[in-house]
Amino acid sequence: MTATTPASETEALTDKKPKKRKARSVEVIRVKEHTVEVVTDSGEGAQKASQIFGSVSAKMGNGVWTVEIIPAEIQPPARTPASASGNRIRIGTGPVTNWGDHANLVMAFNEQVLLARHRMDALAEDAIILIEDMWQKHEDPDIRQQWEEAMEEMSHRSYRFVPVPMEEQSLTIVENPRRGKNMMALGILAWIYSRDLDKIRELIALQFKRKAKEVYENNVALLELGHEWASKNLDFRVAIETKASDQPRVVMNGNQAIAYGGIAAGMELCAMYPITPATSASHHLSDVFEQFGGIVHQAEDEIAAAGVAIGSSFAGKVAFTITSGPGLALKTEFIGLAVMTETPLVVVDVQRGGPSTGLPTKIEQSDLLASIFGQPGDAPHVVLAPATMEECFLCMTTARRIAEAFRCVVIVLSDANLATGVQPFVRPDLKTEWMAAPLDLHRVPEGTLPYAWDQQLGLSQRIIPGQPGGMFIATGLSHDERSKIGYSPDVHERGCQMRARKMAVLQQTLKRPTVHGDESGDLLVVGWGSTWGAIEEAVDRAREEGLSVSSLHLRFLSPLEPGLKEIFSGFKKVITVEINYSDDPNDPFITDENRRRGQLCWLLRASTLVDVDCWTRVPGQPLRPGNILKAIRDHMPNGAKK
Amino acid sequence: MTHMACSLLGSGQDEDQYYSMQDYEGAVARWCPGCGDHAVLTAVVHLLEAEQLQPERTVFVSGIGCSSRFPHYLKTYGFHGLHGRALPVATGIKLRRRDLHVFAVMGDGDCCSIGAAHWIHTTRYNPDMVALMLDNGVYGLTKNQTSPTSPAGYPSNTQPRGAYLQPMNPIAATLGVTNASFVAQTGDWVPDHLYETIAAGFRHKGFAFIRILQRCPQYTTPLFEEAVRNPELVELMVHPEGIPIDGLEQIYKNQLPHDPSDLVGAHRLAQPDGRIRLGLFYHDEGKPVYDELRYLRPHTAEEKIDLLNAEFDRYAV
Repeated sequence: MTATTPASETEALTDKKPKKRKARSVEVIRVKEHTVEVVTDSGEGAQKASQIFGSVSAKMGNGVWTVEIIPAEIQPPARTPASASGNRIRIGTGPVTNWGDHANLVMAFNEQVLLARHRMDALAEDAIILIEDMWQKHEDPDIRQQWEEAMEEMSHRSYRFVPVPMEEQSLTIVENPRRGKNMMALGILAWIYSRDLDKIRELIALQFKRKAKEVYENNVALLELGHEWASKNLDFRVAIETKASDQPRVVMNGNQAIAYGGIAAGMELCAMYPITPATSASHHLSDVFEQFGGIVHQAEDEIAAAGVAIGSSFAGKVAFTITSGPGLALKTEFIGLAVMTETPLVVVDVQRGGPSTGLPTKIEQSDLLASIFGQPGDAPHVVLAPATMEECFLCMTTARRIAEAFRCVVIVLSDANLATGVQPFVRPDLKTEWMAAPLDLHRVPEGTLPYAWDQQLGLSQRIIPGQPGGMFIATGLSHDERSKIGYSPDVHERGCQMRARKMAVLQQTLKRPTVHGDESGDLLVVGWGSTWGAIEEAVDRAREEGLSVSSLHLRFLSPLEPGLKEIFSGFKKVITVEINYSDDPNDPFITDENRRRGQLCWLLRASTLVDVDCWTRVPGQPLRPGNILKAIRDHMPNGAKK
Repeated sequence: MTHMACSLLGSGQDEDQYYSMQDYEGAVARWCPGCGDHAVLTAVVHLLEAEQLQPERTVFVSGIGCSSRFPHYLKTYGFHGLHGRALPVATGIKLRRRDLHVFAVMGDGDCCSIGAAHWIHTTRYNPDMVALMLDNGVYGLTKNQTSPTSPAGYPSNTQPRGAYLQPMNPIAATLGVTNASFVAQTGDWVPDHLYETIAAGFRHKGFAFIRILQRCPQYTTPLFEEAVRNPELVELMVHPEGIPIDGLEQIYKNQLPHDPSDLVGAHRLAQPDGRIRLGLFYHDEGKPVYDELRYLRPHTAEEKIDLLNAEFDRYAV
């Protein structure tokens, strides 16, 4: 084992005179960014290896964005395209805000999972593919034939195949290569990208901190084995400059960020029912929440989870519930009740593809309208959507504060892209004022009403059980300021008006959103949620091409941020880019009248009366900036300047 | 439900104040004359006064239905929520505010039909609260539909030629749930029994499930009419560990010794055999109580920030 230190590795790479003592010449590919995929059969540990690769890259100062490639089943049949499992890790010298277009380098554990990625058009034309070579020479003729057929199918592309004897090598250290190849692969990647081995060892130690020491030692031995093998056998390396951040950063996925965000907001209870892709946030909270005095209550169903959160909140504690689209549907009645009783409630919806069970593990942004309008009756509430992992963290405090100050429901729309993606961000400077205030059970002044609405603002002071003199009955029935049930026209009109007025007041406190690019031009692209990075990258590339394009990203979807109509008036055309279904105007039977549009598009048209167009896709994946760029070119208005 | 010393929290409590029955009375009840709900309300107000519960520390949570108007007729805190969903809200309150006395009031449709999942699971959670199931065998507020406890053959607007199925057995169902800790049955026409049963449920630490047999004067008048007139049809379960009620033995001669710690015996007695059994089917103080099990000391903001910073160290790059 050549124990090369990270420092000497870097020197070797930056050395202008390649060392001549080796006969083999190593090509150094210098890039500003590179996209790596590790694809394996489900259960072969690709996620672990990829997470560590992403983390070490972030630690070394690269921008990172990772996306999981996950099958819907736990253990689908091995060596099939349906089994493809792994990660895409995009790393760059500067910040990386999305998963990019195509993978430049792939580590594939068999040709079938590789084929899955090929068929998805996930790989760059000149992608370097490191592939386990045992299948090519396998004793089973069927497997050899499958290999041949897969290679034939991929032969029209200029992929550069590099056979790697991963199984053969791993067997020198572990008995079950399914449990070892991933670390060997990590070692190979570490050599190619000159990653810091000491930092990787630390991360492996963290990953296996609850396992026996032997597990750690085996994993490190495999890592080193991969590293050594690569150093002796590969004829290329990839150099991406790293820049140490001047600010301390943390790296985590969006669901972890939501979990910690909830804690930082002072939440004391998370009531949930298992549902993908929201559950990993609850897993994380279950692991750490109790040390903060908080509990995760796994309820008997989605409805009960909402009810428990509302009960705790009614009793003055800060609670939230976390779910995905189907669970949000089940919670609608309780959300309406929280609106009616003005009980603060934060609901996190980590969206997935729908309708019905849809695409449980995959990415979509199609709960927007359901989250705003899904409740029967008029139920005004707040819907906001974080765009990055950092915003996943910060938005929980925003949501909690709005829910309490406005006695309302706040729905946070995350999605599977943010939930499972990993990105470094500036370490939050935690503040005590982010946390909920302790219970205040002082006597309520005589005559105080439970809904003493300020007639202008619709706002009122909340009374909490335990406060002497404040006894009232919260009710889902139409009620007056005293919370007395009233069916008369004026009581109901007033209640609806007060609950709606609060939203207008909130809207007035929001900032006008900032346009990315010029304030006026030919085309404005509007987005929301996790598409932020991909849209801005596409817009930047379009602007480099000379197109007059800007973009706008909304965080508040209900109420909408102020000034939209005025911003839109600066552009010849406005389109939304979203991951939800819309009809293509050229499809059969589609007319301007019957066309189903993107969900934000519908919302913007209704609220601004601007003829907003849309380009949306539902691939179950994040949007690629390259595809958005094409859509931008296609949607440039007539007479646009090039 | 045990009395929890109110540690901490604010000021302004009137520790020395005496609360009269009037102090607990809310709006004038709008139930029909002769409705069994009135009897339950009377028993509850009596209990609040007897136990001198601070109105501000008492919360009645209900679902939807005639019986769920209950909280409005009291002057405590109340939460009148969704059809079938009183128990999750009540659990949420108790889970983070163990200093509050929590009562859930449900009807038979509320508890045994639309809210059945919550009834089963809350029995298993065993939170420290009283659950009153006001069972008149019909959906009254929505005007006479068959409920899960309607007797077979009962004609309603949804089953006008009579209910097709035998009624479900809420007592047997509750007894079948892991962690069931207090399962009792009483009737609206036996006020002393009604009161003592609710009082025993209140004193129980855990989830006290009390089914109250009652009549809807509008739709199910005949339901227990014979039993009201003829005490012979009623069988009282008696035991020193049960709910002793002075004077009742004069009226109800049918007395069956039943040790409430005997779960198998309770199951047997819960089976339909023509007798109307009142009393304590099952009682076990030893079952884990969810809000106690999950209790954690609230942390200060400063404590949380220190812990969060330690967590972030793990993610630092």
